[in-house]
Amino acid sequence: MSIPTEKRPVLEIRNLTQNFGGLRAVSDFNIQLMPGELSGLIGPNGAGKTTVFNLVSGFYQPSEGAILIDGVPTGGLKPHKVTALGVARTFQNIRLWNEMTVLDNIRVAQHYRLGYGFFHSAVRSKRYMRREAEIAREAAELLDIFHLTQYADEFPKNLPYGTQRKLEIARALSIHPKLLLLDEPAAGLNSSDIQELIRLIRWIHEMFAVTIWMIEHQMDVIMQLCTRIKVIDFGETIAEGNPEEICNHPAVITAYLGDDTI
Amino acid sequence: MENLVQNIINALQWGSFYALIALGYTLVYGVLTLINFAHGDVFMVGAYIAFFSATFLLTTLGLPGWIALALCIPVTMILTAMVGVTLERIAYRPLRNKGAHRLYVVITALMCGLILEHANLAIFGASRKAFPQLIAEHVYTIGGVTFTNLKIAVIATAFLAFLFLHWMVTRTRVGMAMRAISYDKFAVPLLGIPLDRIIVVTFILGSGFAGLAGLLFAMSYPVLEPYMGALIGWKAFIAAVVGGIGDIRGAFLGGFLLGAVEIMVVAFFPSTFRDLIAFTVLLLILTWKPTGLFGIAKTTKI
Amino acid sequence: MLRRYSVHLSLATVGGLIVYLAHQEYISLYIMSVLMFMGVNIIMSTSLNLVNGYMGEFSCGHGGFMCVGAYVSSLLGVWLFAGDKVFGAPLLNPKYTLYAFPLLILVGGIAAALAGLLVAIPSYKTRGDYLAIITLASNYIIISVIENIGAIGGSRGFMGMKQLINAMGKSVDLPWMPIWVFLFTVFCIWLMRRYISSTFGKGVIAICQDEVAAEIMSVNTNKIKTITFMVSSGMAGIAGGLFAYILGYVNPGSFNILKSTEVLVMVYLGGMGSLSGSVLSAILFTILLELLRPLQIVKWIVIPLLLIILMQFRPEGIMGNRELGDIFPKLKKFYRFK
Repeated sequence: MSIPTEKRPVLEIRNLTQNFGGLRAVSDFNIQLMPGELSGLIGPNGAGKTTVFNLVSGFYQPSEGAILIDGVPTGGLKPHKVTALGVARTFQNIRLWNEMTVLDNIRVAQHYRLGYGFFHSAVRSKRYMRREAEIAREAAELLDIFHLTQYADEFPKNLPYGTQRKLEIARALSIHPKLLLLDEPAAGLNSSDIQELIRLIRWIHEMFAVTIWMIEHQMDVIMQLCTRIKVIDFGETIAEGNPEEICNHPAVITAYLGDDTI
Repeated sequence: MENLVQNIINALQWGSFYALIALGYTLVYGVLTLINFAHGDVFMVGAYIAFFSATFLLTTLGLPGWIALALCIPVTMILTAMVGVTLERIAYRPLRNKGAHRLYVVITALMCGLILEHANLAIFGASRKAFPQLIAEHVYTIGGVTFTNLKIAVIATAFLAFLFLHWMVTRTRVGMAMRAISYDKFAVPLLGIPLDRIIVVTFILGSGFAGLAGLLFAMSYPVLEPYMGALIGWKAFIAAVVGGIGDIRGAFLGGFLLGAVEIMVVAFFPSTFRDLIAFTVLLLILTWKPTGLFGIAKTTKI
Repeated sequence: MLRRYSVHLSLATVGGLIVYLAHQEYISLYIMSVLMFMGVNIIMSTSLNLVNGYMGEFSCGHGGFMCVGAYVSSLLGVWLFAGDKVFGAPLLNPKYTLYAFPLLILVGGIAAALAGLLVAIPSYKTRGDYLAIITLASNYIIISVIENIGAIGGSRGFMGMKQLINAMGKSVDLPWMPIWVFLFTVFCIWLMRRYISSTFGKGVIAICQDEVAAEIMSVNTNKIKTITFMVSSGMAGIAGGLFAYILGYVNPGSFNILKSTEVLVMVYLGGMGSLSGSVLSAILFTILLELLRPLQIVKWIVIPLLLIILMQFRPEGIMGNRELGDIFPKLKKFYRFK
C-alpha cells in the first residue's frame, strides 16, 4: 500500500531532540509539512530555530527522533545527500561563494545532479559537454527569471545586500527543492526591501510550487505569508496555529515580552 | 625497571627542549594565529648567542664557570628575544598592517628562518662549534639509574618556564590581554589595549624561552651547527599542535609526549625508526582528536 | 580556425624547437637540464596550487608525494628494464623502454595519488593548521620509510635510471628526456585546467570560499577533497618520476621539507588560485635559482630576502588570483583561461 503522493508530508519530524553537551537545544519537536504549505517557525533569540533547520538539512545528526523528507528518513545522511533528496536552504548570514561569479554560484549548486565525474571533466566526453551545456542554460534561465542576468559575471560580494539575499534564494531554488528552508530572509533588509521580499516569496511559492518553511523575526513577514506558525522557546514547542491564534497566544506573549508577574 | 626509570628521565630531558620551544610557537599562535616557522631557527640563534657569550665570558674575561653561567642566561634570553622582536617588527608587522593573507605571513616566517640559517652558515661557516663547559657535570647513580645535575636542571627549567607562563597568561593583565586578542582581534584595540605592544611582549616571551632552550641544549649536547634549529623546530611545532595549538598546557604536554615517544622508540627499535614511529603516532593522535589534546573544536555557526 | 588552434600550434612549435635544438646540440646539456627542471617545477607548483590556492588548504608536505612518485617509477623502471644488483637482470627487453616509459611515470603518479590519501582522509574532519601538520608529518613519514628500506639504498639513494634513458636513445635517436618532460608538463597543466574549469571542479573553489555552504548546496565535499588531494599528489608524483630520471639518481634527502618549502614559495610567489601565475613563478624561480648559483650559500639569503621584500610590496603574489587573460584581455581571443 502506498499513500497517495499529495497526502504524504514533504517534511515530517518526529520527537526530534538535540543535545549539545548538557544543553538541550531542541526538545521533542514534531511537525508535518504538507506539499505546498508555507509555514513559519518563530521564537526568541537562542530558542533553537536554526538548530532545527541545521538538523533538517543534515548539518547535525539528531540526538533522538527522526526526520523524513517525502517519506525518506534522513538519519545518518550527509548534508549533500539530504539536499539531493530535495531540501534547499538559505542562511541567516548570507553564505554565497563571494569570489565566484553569480552564474558559477548557481552552477556549483547543481552538483547533486551533475551526472559526470573527474574522468569526464578531464576528457571532455560527450556526456560532459551535454551536461555542462544544460547546466549553463538552466542557470542562465534561472538568473533571467530572477532578473539577475545583468549580474551574471559579477562577484556576489559586489552586489547590494538585498540582491545578495535574492541570489541566495535563487541558488537554493536552482536545486529544484521540494522543501525550501529560509533562515531569516528579511534580516538586514530595509522596509522597502522587505515588501519586495514578501512579494518574492509569495511569487516563488506559486511559481515553483515549493513547500516553504521559514524562520523570521519580522512579524509582518510571517503574518502576511504564513498560514501556519510554530513557536518555540528554549527548544520546547510552546504554541502552534494560524497567525491570529499565535498573536493572541498567552505563552507566546510571555516568551517574547517576559512574564509580567515578575 | 631501572631501564624504564632511566628512559623516563631521558624522555623528560629530551621533551623539555621540545616543550620550551613549543611554548614559543603556541604563544605566538594563540595571539596572532600565525605559525611562526622561524621559531626553530630563533632557537638555533639562541644556542649560538649562548656559545659566543659563554666563550667570551669564560676565556676572554676568565670568569669562573658558575658566574659565566649566571650571566649567560639573561644575556642569551635578552639577545634572543631581541632577534624575535626584530623579526616581528620588520617582517611580520608591516604585512599584518597591510591585512595580507595569513598564509603570506607564514611564508615570510619560513623565509626568515632560511635567512637566519644561511646567514649563520655564511658568517660562521659549516664547521661545528664545540660549546665550552660552564659547570662541571656531576653524575649521580641511584639504584642503577644515572642522571646528571644538568639533566635535572633542564627538566626543572622546563617546569618553571611552564609555571611562569601559565601564571603569566592566566593571572596577569598582559596575559589576559593576550587571551582577549586570541578571542577577538578586532574588538581588543577598541577597548584600549595596545595590540602591537602585547604582540611584542608575546614575541619577547616566546623567543626568550627559545633562547633559554638554546643555551640548555648547547650545554647538554655541546655541538652547534646552523641546521640544528630546523628539525627540532618543526618537531616542536608538531608537538604544539598535538597538544592543541594556542594552549600553553597543550604545548607543554605535547613537547613531553613527543620526547617520550622518541626516547621509547630509540629504546626498543633501531634509531633510524625514530622519526617514522614518532610521526605516525602523532598522525594517529590527530586523526583521533583532530584539534589536539587540549584544542577546542571550533564550532561552525550557521 | 587558426585562432582556435593557436595555443596547440604554439605549444607544438615551442616543444619541437626545444627538441630540435637539443638534438642538434645547439643548447648545452646544462641549459637543457635547467629547462627540464623548469618543467618539473611547473608541475610541482601548479599541482600544489590546486590544494593551497584553489581549495584553500595549507599543505606543506608536497615533497613527500614527489618522493613516492620518484621512487616508484625509478624502482619499477630499473626492475623491468635495467640490470641492477638489487633486482638482477632486466625482466623485459630494454628495447621496449621507450613505449613503457610514460606508463612508468604514470604509475609513479598513481602511487603518489594513493599516498595522497594519507592527507585526504584526515581532511574530512579537520582543516587549516591541523591539516598543515598532517601534511608535514606525512612528508616526514614517507621519507623516513624510504630511508629505512635498506634494500633500495636507504638514505644513500638509488640509481640505475640512466640505463633506461640510454635504452630509449638506442631505440630512436632523440633527446627523450626533454620530450617526456615537455609532454608531461603540458599534460598536467591541461588536466588541471580542465578539472578546475568544469562545474565539478568549481566545487573545489566553493570549498575554499565556504565549505559549509558547499556541503549544504549539494557538493560532496569529502569526495571533492579526496579527488583534489589525489590529483595534486599524483601530479607531484609525476614530477618526482621525471625528476628521478633527469638526475638518474634519487635520494630521500632531496624531497625533504626544504623541497616542500621551495614549492610553497613558487605557489605563493605566483599567486594563490592562478594557474598562469604558478607556471610563471616556477619559470622565474628556476631561472633565479640558476642565476644566483655562483653566490653559493649566500643564494639562500638573497632569495628569501627578495621574497620577503616582494611580500611586503605585493602580498598577493605576481598574479594574485587572476590569470594572464585578465591582465592581457587580448589573449582571451586565443584561449579561454578559465
